[in-house]
Amino acid sequence: MTRPALLALEDGAVWPGVGFGAVGTTTGEIVFNTSLTGYQEILTDPSYHGQIIIMTQPHIGNVGCTPEDNESDRVWAAGLIVRSLSPVVSNWRAVQSLPDYLAERGVIALADVNTRALVRHIRTHGAMRAALSTEILDEDELVAVARAARDMNGLDLAGEVTCAEPYHWHESQEWWAPTAAKHAAADGRPFHVVAYDFGMKRNILRKLTFRGCQVTVVPATATAQEVMAYNPDGIFLSNGPGDPAAVTYAIDAVRDLLGQKPIFGICLGHQILGLALGAQTYKLKFGHRGGNQPVQVAAHGGVQISSHNHGFAVDASTLPPDVINSHINLNDGCCEGLVAPQQRAFSVQYHPESSPGPHDSDELFDRFLQMMADEGEQ
Amino acid sequence: MPKRTDIHTILIPGSGPIVIGQGCEFDYSGVQACKALRREGYRVVLVNSNPATIMTDPDMADATYVEPLTPDILEKIIAVERPDALLPTVGGQTGLNLSVQLAEAGILEKYGVQLIGADLQAIRIAEDRSRFKKAMLAADVPVPVSHFVYSVEEALVAIEEIGYPALVRASFTLGGTGGGIATSPQEFVRVVEHGLRSSPVGEVLIERSLLGWKEFELEVMRDRADNFVVVCSIENVDPMGVHTGDSITVAPAYTLTDKEYQYLRDLAKRVMRAVGVETGGSNVQFAVNPLNGEVIVIEMNPRVSRSSALASKATGFPIAKIAALLAVGYTLDEIPNDITQVTPASFEPSIDYSVVKIPRWNFEKFPGSDDTLGPQMKSVGEVMAIGRTFPEALNKAIRGLDVGLPGFTRALAARYTPTLEGVKRPFAERLYHLAALLTEENWRDVSASTGYDPWFVAQLREILAVEEELAQLAVGDWRAELADPASATLSLIRKAKRMGFADAVIGANLGLTEREVRELRLASAVKPVYYRVDTCAAEFEAHTPYLYSTYESDCEANPTDRRKVMILGGGPNRIGQGIEFDYCCVQACWALRDLGFETIMVNCNPETVSTDYDTADRLYFEPLTLEDVLNIVDLEQPEGVIVQFGGQTPINLTTGLAAAGVPIWGTPPDSIDLAEDRGRFGALLRELDIDHPQWGLAYSPEEALAIAHRIGFPVLIRPSFVLGGRAMAIAYDDASLLRFLQDAAEVAPGKAVLVDQYIEDAYEVDVDAVVDGEHVVIAGVMQHIEEAGVHSGDSACVLPPYKVSLYHLSIIRDYTEKLGRALNVRGLMNVQFAVKDDVVYVIEVNPRASRTVPFVSKATGVPVAKIAAQVQAGKTLAELGLLRMPEVDGFFVKEVVLPFDKLPGADTRLSPEMRSTGEVMGHASHFGHAFAKAELAAGMILPTSGAVLMTVNDFDKSAALKLGRDLHRMGFALYATEGTAVALQKVGLPVTIVQKAFQEGVTTVDVISSGQVQLIVNTPLGGQAHADQSAMYAAAIRYKVPLVTTLSAAQAAVNGIHALRERALQVRSLQRHHFGASA
Repeated sequence: MTRPALLALEDGAVWPGVGFGAVGTTTGEIVFNTSLTGYQEILTDPSYHGQIIIMTQPHIGNVGCTPEDNESDRVWAAGLIVRSLSPVVSNWRAVQSLPDYLAERGVIALADVNTRALVRHIRTHGAMRAALSTEILDEDELVAVARAARDMNGLDLAGEVTCAEPYHWHESQEWWAPTAAKHAAADGRPFHVVAYDFGMKRNILRKLTFRGCQVTVVPATATAQEVMAYNPDGIFLSNGPGDPAAVTYAIDAVRDLLGQKPIFGICLGHQILGLALGAQTYKLKFGHRGGNQPVQVAAHGGVQISSHNHGFAVDASTLPPDVINSHINLNDGCCEGLVAPQQRAFSVQYHPESSPGPHDSDELFDRFLQMMADEGEQ
Repeated sequence: MPKRTDIHTILIPGSGPIVIGQGCEFDYSGVQACKALRREGYRVVLVNSNPATIMTDPDMADATYVEPLTPDILEKIIAVERPDALLPTVGGQTGLNLSVQLAEAGILEKYGVQLIGADLQAIRIAEDRSRFKKAMLAADVPVPVSHFVYSVEEALVAIEEIGYPALVRASFTLGGTGGGIATSPQEFVRVVEHGLRSSPVGEVLIERSLLGWKEFELEVMRDRADNFVVVCSIENVDPMGVHTGDSITVAPAYTLTDKEYQYLRDLAKRVMRAVGVETGGSNVQFAVNPLNGEVIVIEMNPRVSRSSALASKATGFPIAKIAALLAVGYTLDEIPNDITQVTPASFEPSIDYSVVKIPRWNFEKFPGSDDTLGPQMKSVGEVMAIGRTFPEALNKAIRGLDVGLPGFTRALAARYTPTLEGVKRPFAERLYHLAALLTEENWRDVSASTGYDPWFVAQLREILAVEEELAQLAVGDWRAELADPASATLSLIRKAKRMGFADAVIGANLGLTEREVRELRLASAVKPVYYRVDTCAAEFEAHTPYLYSTYESDCEANPTDRRKVMILGGGPNRIGQGIEFDYCCVQACWALRDLGFETIMVNCNPETVSTDYDTADRLYFEPLTLEDVLNIVDLEQPEGVIVQFGGQTPINLTTGLAAAGVPIWGTPPDSIDLAEDRGRFGALLRELDIDHPQWGLAYSPEEALAIAHRIGFPVLIRPSFVLGGRAMAIAYDDASLLRFLQDAAEVAPGKAVLVDQYIEDAYEVDVDAVVDGEHVVIAGVMQHIEEAGVHSGDSACVLPPYKVSLYHLSIIRDYTEKLGRALNVRGLMNVQFAVKDDVVYVIEVNPRASRTVPFVSKATGVPVAKIAAQVQAGKTLAELGLLRMPEVDGFFVKEVVLPFDKLPGADTRLSPEMRSTGEVMGHASHFGHAFAKAELAAGMILPTSGAVLMTVNDFDKSAALKLGRDLHRMGFALYATEGTAVALQKVGLPVTIVQKAFQEGVTTVDVISSGQVQLIVNTPLGGQAHADQSAMYAAAIRYKVPLVTTLSAAQAAVNGIHALRERALQVRSLQRHHFGASA
């Protein structure tokens, strides 16, 4: 049974296709991801909140879905667009097909779309608002819906995806992940990491737990005082969606925390750290989303292949003089990491926790653990 | 890190002749390496015995040695050229093994040559299975349970732990030679024995069989800063058990989750580090258990490979070029990505399309050989296709194979009657059997039988489902709706095209011809668009017009309005149509670019230089079918299309292209037809008063017999319109004639059979000529070493002819000129002659590039293909300065290599059916040395002492006496079977009598296997091979004893032996030979 569905962009372009997953209408910012694998992790990454994702890999759904691959407890993407939806599921780990998985979670998706032409459209015209519907098949009407959707610029989305209450995390990583040494404080007690949830991916937590950390996750709105009340060994700033400049309360909290304890930030956490340090952020034309981006580590010149998902970036030229632009994207020169030695804080724009993506930057978690260990010795 | 300035001259060994398991992908990698290193200012010294390669074009290196790839010869070259470094990783297994030999023999150290790209230690770990296993276990990389054994006894102990089925692999061999799977003790002993013999170090690995597991490959690169990238993931459709070179493969991998894929990636990185590959490309192969995801690393190659060529073409990431740059010190981030121009090579390509590779086999040429696919590679070429989806790419790949199939279609049910049981066995045509077998109900059973992942089978099923819809449509009144662009009919046709359906398949289902479907499509604007292979899934703009067709919107081709010419390539390599034609296409491309044309290449063979995005201005990676080519012509509107360089494949398209109004450059299509149509051609020869063998065209066995009786036995018979002497045979009597007719009827059912007079005891001469409409200039005259009756592609030949009289030469020249004019040739022409007594017969004319064009170019120093391309663009030979046949200094001998060691069971006698896969060249100032070199390069080491086994047919006995005398005088002991021995004894030659195989006493096989004889001369008499002869040939192949099957070749071998005893072989670069350039 094929179900006609339509995608409309705010600039008036429309793309018909075949609907799958849920029925209804959804809006969001349309973005593309060039990862060949990992659609389930992408769909459940809270950083995609409010975004309709185009997968450039034409064949999607081949390996179905499995609970282990969820990066959060729900699908955050506003919609999914693919070229060819697999008619079957083939993988020993799969428990559900992608259409069933999406339908169950109320997510609308579109297949049989010329995704390459769509990506080129976005590459040329930039990220924009879009509407996807299985009900509104009138082109003009759906374009109007797209134009009425909210604008990401200046929008605090972290507040929409963060947890309501603090909680402890216990799950460690599984067989597929790289091995790493476990760390503990000098007295043998595990390090206690307080992690800000701006849209936390589970694999970050797994990586910390795997290294022997005790992890407390706190909402995005937690104040510096609330965080320090846990007496943490280190503070982690998670990934997340939206415009970093809009998350003013978190920027304020991080500014207060600077210098108190080692801080490690990823993605939105990196941008918030940058803003707290006094730098500025800006929106990229169409962002980086994929698992193949070359990032050069300024310290040694080595290149890591990294997993990216960001529409905003820290403007390296606005970094204070004592803050180092530590990672550079070799594709476009964009700032991908910073180190503030005096404040014992560092962050990366990309995703060392991978899931999906390569494990090249796994060592950053070890560095965070090392900072906490060094802290104890002082 | 900047490039190294402490090295100046770099030696690159190539891979030698094309053999199964080592094809023209190493010409591609070698050319890339040469170009990249010279651009960086290094002096490149290239060694390759294969004259058909583009890399041995004198323009590609500073010094080019077409010399045997042996340590002795390499040492001589090193002594002359004094390279600072040797790059061992772009010449396949041959180049790698040779480099190891040079290092181990201390030659590199002696001359201060360092290995770059891979050091000795790393090569040893990767290549030596016991070291590899140890290194992998130390790095916590899972490898299969296995044991190395050096004898059958040890093997029987090892199997106790491993259990059946067990996989046997011979160490240090290529293409899986000497490997096999054993399911029973009897089978096990046989396979182990074969493996021990095949391995140069007498070592085989017995390991846990992973039969039925999924197989994946990662093509990876690492630089000396430890940067690591995966260029491409490849999934084999055929599960473990089938050599990856014989598997249908796809890119990217489709049935792994990200967790599983990243695990493979981590393992690949650990493997690279554990092996110690500091710079360059490698290939890591994995087996994955479909039931629980268990992963085992099967092997790694610390060099560029067939898979890396495929990965380069599949992604646009030029692995060999980048490997060469890494070897001289660059890091990945310092090398720009040519295609995006703005991003560096230190990234992992993302592809938004699907790539399918299908191997091409030639089992039909080897009756008796087993078409079951296993760990020993048997295919001779491959096709690659790109589509947006797997079904589209698969359908394009099938038609690109050029085996007469239009795609994955239900129509194959008319040809095959497969069963679920039957498709359990992996064999060459299994995919087509599935098209006939697969239904809505049984697809899971098909997956279980074949071991194909259910995902692939479901995709195949989707193709058939659309075809079923089409067939249903044909029942209704679909024509009535066509006027409506939104009609169900048109949308179904669009859907079919999006799945890669050929017009022919759509037509077959709708009751239309291919042409009618095309017209219908064009009228309804159902046309392909062309997308760019951009390495980045459209994230960045692609500046390189490397294109593939698909049925989507928004064409990215952006044709220019320059003067442009399109060159049609040869498609997948196969016996009879190989690298020689790619050489011609590439040369043509360069020549036309120099003339200011925009060059457009169309080809679908991923192994080639022609499909490097760097070769032509624009590359269309497309099947060579009329439909696909016309679509490109519609878009590009070239000034001309060149068909004469790609072999028979583009020639076969000529009529269709011309009928569609496409401007064909060069020889007019009618002349091509005139040369191919025996009736018309016969009339032309009579008109020109040119002698030719008597012949007739038979449509029934009775007619064939009548013709044979009219012209007299022996006769040569063959089906009309076939390539490479397919099903061609010599019949000596009524019985054999009728038997061969049956074979011919199977090959070309319903087609007429040609019955030719076979001129016995003649020798053959091949001529390549260039014609501009005014002048006919012979570029080279080659005399075959083997007598007429052996396919020209299987015969050794020498240039200049060493036994052709001036009288015969003048006739040959005269006939060539007459034919060139009469056929109105523009460009290249090849004429084959048979010379007997005072008569010169014309056997055939091919108004196109021939297999020998690159050989002639290397021998004469004249770029024949380039000149021919310029002629087709309107230049005259006078303008190009080629009005006289080039003088040849010294002798150039071409020898062929045959694949019998890879295809056990095949009849090994040379025949009119071509079966060689590749060729080598030897050159020297004397014929004997040139011949000895060619033999050495082909792996046949002529002995300078020892014993010779002679067994010749009765007609050859008298001629064999002189041969025996010469060998005896040089100190060789003689062994002979009774008849031959009696003849030799009569003239007083001492000879030891041996029995034929299977007889009592010491047999021919015994003296071969015991190492008593170093050379075998056997001349069989027509008809069938006897069992004893087959046994002797098998022994010769097994124990690598040179075997000569014609007296003329034996005489040449004696010349060679004589020369070798006089003086050791010398080396000389082509540049110094032809241009006197100093090294």
